[in-house]
Amino acid sequence: MKFRVPRDVLADAVAWTARALPVRPSAPVLAGLLIEAGPLDDDQGDGLRLSTFDYETSARATLPAEVGEEGTVLVSGRLLSDICRSLPDKPVDVSVDGAKVTLVCGSARFSLQTMPVEDYPTLPEMPQARGTVPSTVFAQAVNQAVTAAGRDDMLPVLTGVRVELEGESIAMLATDRFRLSQRELTWSPGTPDVEAAALVPAKVLSDTAKALTGGSEVSIALSSPGSGGAGEGIIGFEGSAGSGGTRRTTTRLLDGEFPKVRSLFPTEHLTVARVDRSALVDSVKRVALVAERNTAVQLAFSDGVLTLDAGSGEEAMASESLEAHVTGEDLTTGFNPGYLLDGLTALEQPVVELAFTQSSKPVVLSGVDSLDGQADDSFRYLLMPRRLLS
Amino acid sequence: MDGSRSVGRATIHGVRAEPTILHLDLDAFYASVEQRDKPSLRGKPVVVGGTGGRGVVATASYEARHFGVHSAMSTAQARRLCPHAAYLGGRFHAYRATSAQVMEVLRAVSPVVEPLSLDEAYVDLLAADLPDRGVAAVSALGRELKRRVHEMTGGVSASVGIGSSKLVAKIASDLDKPDGLVVVPPGTERDLLRPMQVTVIPGVGPATTDRLRRVGVQTVADLERLEREELVHLLGRAHGTALHAMARADDDREVEAHRDAKSISVEDTYETDLVANAVLTALLDRQAVKVTERLRSSRLSARTVTIKVRLYDFSTLSRSATFAEPTDEVRQVMQTARRLLGELDTSGGVRLLGVGVSGLTDWVQEDLFADDPDDTGGAATEPEVDEATARAVAATVRGRGWVPGMDVEHDEHGRGWVWGAGRGVVTVRFETAKTGPGRVRTLSAHDPALRPWRPPEEASPAGR
Repeated sequence: MKFRVPRDVLADAVAWTARALPVRPSAPVLAGLLIEAGPLDDDQGDGLRLSTFDYETSARATLPAEVGEEGTVLVSGRLLSDICRSLPDKPVDVSVDGAKVTLVCGSARFSLQTMPVEDYPTLPEMPQARGTVPSTVFAQAVNQAVTAAGRDDMLPVLTGVRVELEGESIAMLATDRFRLSQRELTWSPGTPDVEAAALVPAKVLSDTAKALTGGSEVSIALSSPGSGGAGEGIIGFEGSAGSGGTRRTTTRLLDGEFPKVRSLFPTEHLTVARVDRSALVDSVKRVALVAERNTAVQLAFSDGVLTLDAGSGEEAMASESLEAHVTGEDLTTGFNPGYLLDGLTALEQPVVELAFTQSSKPVVLSGVDSLDGQADDSFRYLLMPRRLLS
Repeated sequence: MDGSRSVGRATIHGVRAEPTILHLDLDAFYASVEQRDKPSLRGKPVVVGGTGGRGVVATASYEARHFGVHSAMSTAQARRLCPHAAYLGGRFHAYRATSAQVMEVLRAVSPVVEPLSLDEAYVDLLAADLPDRGVAAVSALGRELKRRVHEMTGGVSASVGIGSSKLVAKIASDLDKPDGLVVVPPGTERDLLRPMQVTVIPGVGPATTDRLRRVGVQTVADLERLEREELVHLLGRAHGTALHAMARADDDREVEAHRDAKSISVEDTYETDLVANAVLTALLDRQAVKVTERLRSSRLSARTVTIKVRLYDFSTLSRSATFAEPTDEVRQVMQTARRLLGELDTSGGVRLLGVGVSGLTDWVQEDLFADDPDDTGGAATEPEVDEATARAVAATVRGRGWVPGMDVEHDEHGRGWVWGAGRGVVTVRFETAKTGPGRVRTLSAHDPALRPWRPPEEASPAGR
């Protein structure tokens, strides 16, 4: 095997692929990054195919390269990634010599041990492509949707994001049982009657969406359950790289039934408050300084004022008031400040709307462009309050 | 300049110039409550603790201490030293209720009371209403406090120490036990400490004592002669520095009024080593229920669940898990306890099992699925217990059916306490604190007219 490739193109593709390397590989070969040099699919000419896989998530990047001699080699992904990041801006020449890979860039020369290619698992096939969505829209939407995803491995179902594809819309839902985020967006389905749903690990989804913003579009691939076809039980995402070539990730779906959560959004509101979002973020951060790990921030809405309180009389206390447009009855409630901030910072509009049915019931946060504008319900964040026991 | 700077932070706050920290210690507390409630035992040796073959003495009355019985001794050894004592299992509801009365007396004197356990507390006299803070005034207060404690509890005596720091107050309360009162005048603290063994200083346990002995330190006076750097070298920065200060009675720890309970736990030692997983799980479940009931009746929630397991070879393991949010749900405590037990190898047999909760707080995060427990992929909640397991669990629990000392009530004979049980009979002495010594009767262990008695407010743990 022998190829030459520009340093930036290689470094970008290696870094992208190495993202998916397992931190603690269950088998030594899984720490490897597979390099295949030869003609690429779909008449893209000669190039490289870089792959990583940990039996859950796979990553594959293609890039154009001058291939002198076709071949396949497996090397330590972490080491290759570190090396590529540090190379000077010169063309990179890679060749195999027995059990060693030689990498030359300018006057820098590396010799790496190869790993047995025959032990490396075959990457799963990409499921059926269902449609496309602009990559920046997708990344932003995923970033909001994962806000409420659980991190407790004891409740694996809640560490996923439910992705629902239905005609021209995508809905993404996540909950850790204390809060719930829901994001809806439109996309370009391959066929108008597409209907599919999947439970995608939130962390993988979030990393993938961020990593696919190099190209303009992301294609989502998902097989119909029970079809027995390629890629059943996995979801795939594919886009293109700014530096040329393609990027694709597949990941295994989570098992289990995601709870029915859509009905948890209340339809009636007793009190609705609108507050400057960044002012509220700053206030919550300040007041929460005295809320120890085990306490909450109290919010009291009345007559155009929102008062925040935290801490207890025995220790430190803090309070702060800010202007709020309150419609409906006065109300006092309390929240975990971390959860509240997660929701407030996931929103992007200048004004936040907080809608309550009762003080003991959840709040629904959504963004508004101006104090008297229409709330944007494409992203909603529902948060359960704390309940005092004494 | 140099000298005062090197003393460090301790002197910036400074030890108080007046004897304004009071330490109260109830004398042989559990035994004393038993003697109060069981008139026939007054003036006689009483030992409270585990009454089974593997039990340990929790408290011995002063009458029993004459025979060499002391706490932490095995009950078997205590029985050899003092065979005629009354050996009683604990009645913690009674101790808790009595402790609450004592704390109330203390809080009437000063709002700043720091309970250390059921039978011990510090009181900050700076917050008390005193004519002055001289030795005479605080002595009078100490005497009055002891009298009120005795009166409120119906006969439990206390020993009181008053000094300029927690260290001195605590040492002083121990100097003239039982029923003692010692006030250490300001300026005499170091003279008091010097001849004492280093073990009087809190934090000096067996390991530290051993290290100190190797460098020739036995008394506080010996300790005082060591430079701070020597102590830091010997014991590490934090411990060495603290000990250097303590040896000079330089203790600026404040009385913390709201040091509430930090954890709630239950544990049981079993008569035989338990091996069957199903039995262990069922016992653990019962403990989880008990702990959560106590948590709820205190209107608290907890973030951490801990289990404690002592194996057949006395090795003791504990495992804990912390939730993202505090909980007061029995289901969550139970599931977590079970999962933690599952991580341990208990195949050799278990002699002690315990469940505790900590990270206590007074609110819970509301749960979206609270009304819909099946919807979250959680594991089964109620244990599937087969008949054999149920029998094994019942046997473990029945072994402690009529525990010596426990309160009972009989339809005909009224209230009393279990003197002894076995071979299908139970011997009860029918008396209470108010009746004076009563009669002993032996009844069938299955007498339908006989039942355990609990004070009414404790009988039904407060729900939500």
